[in-house]
Amino acid sequence: MTQLEIKREAVRRPFGRRRKSCPFSGPNAQTIDYKDTKLLARYTSERGKIVPSRISAVSAKKQRELAVAIKRSRFLALMPYVTS
Amino acid sequence: MRLYESVFIARQDISSTQVETMADEFAGIITEADGKIHKREYWGLRSLAYRIKKNRKGHYIMFNLETDAATLKEYERIMGLNEDVLRFLNIRIEEVEEGPSIIMQNRGDRGDRGDRGDRGDRGDRGDRGDRGSRPPRAEAPKAEAPVEDSAEAPAEDSKTEE
Repeated sequence: MTQLEIKREAVRRPFGRRRKSCPFSGPNAQTIDYKDTKLLARYTSERGKIVPSRISAVSAKKQRELAVAIKRSRFLALMPYVTS
Repeated sequence: MRLYESVFIARQDISSTQVETMADEFAGIITEADGKIHKREYWGLRSLAYRIKKNRKGHYIMFNLETDAATLKEYERIMGLNEDVLRFLNIRIEEVEEGPSIIMQNRGDRGDRGDRGDRGDRGDRGDRGDRGSRPPRAEAPKAEAPVEDSAEAPAEDSKTEE
């Protein structure tokens, strides 16, 4: 089973892969709303954990906003805390 | 006077007319203290993402209101005492959103799509759960696998009953 753990270095990135820009910044960006569970679900894992910004490419400022929105959504049982 | 958004969840057993009278009662607290209700939405009986006080479903009501801090505190106190209220969340907002909220916009689609989406997701999660638990205990993977499978089968059944 340890063979399944592929080292990061083994997955080779092509040259000049540009970093994705933040989906909530810029002119026609979506607004973060705790009621919009469809949008928030894209930034949570299958288990319901909040996806780190280094993976989702959300800016630090927006990630903070997003985290609050997800937590509000969970409190109102619109989203799960855990899915097991 | 400040703008707030207030959402509360009422117990599933009460009728929607009872929910409306409850909402009227809460709105009354605000309006009697010279506050204003800018928007009121009934999101219907929605299924909760997890159980709250043994309930799997709840009636959601949202208000956008304008009031002062003292009245809001009183409003929260009354809600906390009401046993039909499972949960409430009051947050400050900068401005009242125009038009119906995103939940009201999606309500038409959600009936069918929401159910199908949930079922599909749950199947996937089961598979990944197995994989996740194996690596740390490489010594006895075979012993664990059947236990997990049997534990998951009833769990999935209970979810589909909702």
